[in-house]
Amino acid sequence: MDWIEFLLVVVRVLLAFVIWLLSTALLIWGERRLVAKMQVRHGPNRLGPFGVFQVLADGAKLFFKEDITPRGVDRAVYFAAPIVSAVVAFLTFAVIPFGGTFTFAGREMPLQVWDPEIGLLWFLAMSSIGVYGIALGGWASGSKYPLLGGIRSSAQLISYELSMGLSMAAVFIWNGTLQASEIVAAQSGTFWGAVPAWNILPMSPAFVLFHIAVVAEAQRPPFDLAEAEGELVGGFNTEYSGAKFAMFFLAEFMAVITMSAIIVTLFLGGPSGYSFGLEGNWLALLQFVYFVLKVLGFVFIFVWLRGSLPRLTYTRLMDLGWKVMLPIALVWVLLTGFVVTFQQVGTNQSFFTVVAVVAAATLTLMILAPFFRSREPAGDEGGGGGGTPVARPPAGGGGGRALVPATETSPVDVDGGRTTEREPETVGAPRSEL
Amino acid sequence: MTETVLFWIIAPLSLGTALSVVVLRNPVHAALMLVGNFFTIAVLYAVMEAQFLAVVQVIVYAGAIMVLFLFVIMLLGVERQLDFGERIRGQRAAAVFLGVVLLAALTVGVAGPYLGADSACPTTAEQQTEPAASPQACRGLAEANADGNVFGVGRLVFTDYVWPFEVTSVLLVIAALGAMVLGRRAEQDSDLVDVLRRERVPAGGVGDASYQAELQQSLEEDPR
Amino acid sequence: MLAEYLPLLLLAVVAFAFVGLSVLVSARLGPNRPNPVKEAAYESGILTEDVDVRQSRFSVRFYLVAMLFIIFDVEAVFLYPWAVTLRSMGWYGMAVMGVFILLLFETYYYVLRRGGLDWD
Repeated sequence: MDWIEFLLVVVRVLLAFVIWLLSTALLIWGERRLVAKMQVRHGPNRLGPFGVFQVLADGAKLFFKEDITPRGVDRAVYFAAPIVSAVVAFLTFAVIPFGGTFTFAGREMPLQVWDPEIGLLWFLAMSSIGVYGIALGGWASGSKYPLLGGIRSSAQLISYELSMGLSMAAVFIWNGTLQASEIVAAQSGTFWGAVPAWNILPMSPAFVLFHIAVVAEAQRPPFDLAEAEGELVGGFNTEYSGAKFAMFFLAEFMAVITMSAIIVTLFLGGPSGYSFGLEGNWLALLQFVYFVLKVLGFVFIFVWLRGSLPRLTYTRLMDLGWKVMLPIALVWVLLTGFVVTFQQVGTNQSFFTVVAVVAAATLTLMILAPFFRSREPAGDEGGGGGGTPVARPPAGGGGGRALVPATETSPVDVDGGRTTEREPETVGAPRSEL
Repeated sequence: MTETVLFWIIAPLSLGTALSVVVLRNPVHAALMLVGNFFTIAVLYAVMEAQFLAVVQVIVYAGAIMVLFLFVIMLLGVERQLDFGERIRGQRAAAVFLGVVLLAALTVGVAGPYLGADSACPTTAEQQTEPAASPQACRGLAEANADGNVFGVGRLVFTDYVWPFEVTSVLLVIAALGAMVLGRRAEQDSDLVDVLRRERVPAGGVGDASYQAELQQSLEEDPR
Repeated sequence: MLAEYLPLLLLAVVAFAFVGLSVLVSARLGPNRPNPVKEAAYESGILTEDVDVRQSRFSVRFYLVAMLFIIFDVEAVFLYPWAVTLRSMGWYGMAVMGVFILLLFETYYYVLRRGGLDWD
């Protein structure tokens, strides 16, 4: 590796870092503007064009705040938790290809920090580490509300990590690789010569599952129980102020961008798109633009969800993750494997085929049958007495549908909804000062 | 070269974190040191170009098992006065003895076959022309990772080691059973214990010995 | 080889530098006027005795969730190499994983019916 190559590595690392940091800042501003529009109010509009510098003002304010360390904290852990959260947020986007491959002085520079063989497993590893930032932040604060918020949201994170990991596995099986660049390459063709061969079509149930899981994973409404202001006084970060709070905040919002980028990589062909006859560096630039546009689409959906959906209750949240999404994801993984094997091997191995088809059919029936049986109201141990109503079984793969049914025992939590949007100006004000 | 340097940086870190797991008094701090230890081991895997193993180490050990540990520690409430005395007479001596035995067994059984001259990777030209015939002979990273590290791992797990792989699944079933038995709640209707015996929950709670015996009997009669 | 990890290392250095500096510098920049009430744990404005909440106990549900998470996480981890090797193994690979997942589904169903997934 000579110095030019090294320089290119430095450039692309810094480029990724700056892009993600800037877009996070823009997201914080853009989300407030958008949600304001959805709620028929103005949002920040004073500082700079359309109030875009409001983020800078808020950031500066946070940095000059008093850094309060409450009495009961466990100092080392209290200090480490926000750092873990933020560093993990920065490291997560390392594997995402966010543009084409540029060529400088005969050397290639892909717009991707790191393209390892384990690819998107890196993202899973990082999000499993992200749990620590939240659990420890809540625990170290030595206060009731953060402890409750921390332990609840870490339970939420690990629950949805399962559906996330399984729906990713389905895509990996479909494309036969874990590497981000190869997943993108596998989606480069077209179906029937017109529709881009993105995974979103053949893998649509995985897409729906993954999208829901990712919203939960990013702790965004309607799954933002960690900071359910109505019930937990802000969740795990209640006792944090100043830059430490800012780090949690940064991690949370950067996750929105990173998660959208992961969705785009897995299901929407990453930075690929129609080339308009461009070549070389121009094409690479155009692909960067494609990537940004696709990510913006998903970021908009994140904001839209926040603007329109009330928060779930904790019971319902766990039910959705464990009773609806997990079984669907498992079945879908199995189904994908079956289809891939069928495509690959075909019906040549006739004996094996018969055995496999019978086995698969039996398997599917065995898996599905119990769910239909448990619907009987006079069930044995499951439905007796004041037992919890079991979540509705998956009807045809629409994972999002399970959000709707409400029972008399646990109505949808309306008062905790995001309609009482956190006022922008309180962003920097640590609640412990009030 | 780089590998050696990295090893000498990471190995002391690994040892240090492992020691502090034992030494630190606060269980949460000790658990965090264990997480740090898992990370250093993941780095060592990565240095040895076992990338998949490294990331799985982080996902499963640091991401799942240690979260369980933390939950359990928080569940029990930390910073209680713990009884550090010996519960069983001769516990410590036995622990030291068994530890030494385990170390010896691992060294002989796992590392032993790879300590001989045969298993060393050929360095000189004449060694390379004459590869050793023993099963432990050095294959070389290039051969092991020829189709990619993940593929190599997968091929081995699903062919040579398919039986341990399937047994793992049974192990997971048992783990779930254990978790359900330990984590059940007495008052809950869905808990089969109390559906059967709800009217007879004794004053001593479900932990009551006579109740447990009765329960066992009723379970044998009706294994529902 | 190891050079592959260079960009990741650089990113980690940049991230640590940014985060660490922000936290350290801002602690110096802000005012420092501690008082007992400000440093008390947040209790909805009610002044309470300082109780170490870290000694409080939690619902066993959280432990169950973590345990079940491990079980399914280990399963998912086996799926990743399988995803890569499936095409070279054909129906054999499908059968191997089918048995594995079937056993896990059995586990899942057992836990579901025992109420292990109910939150109430």
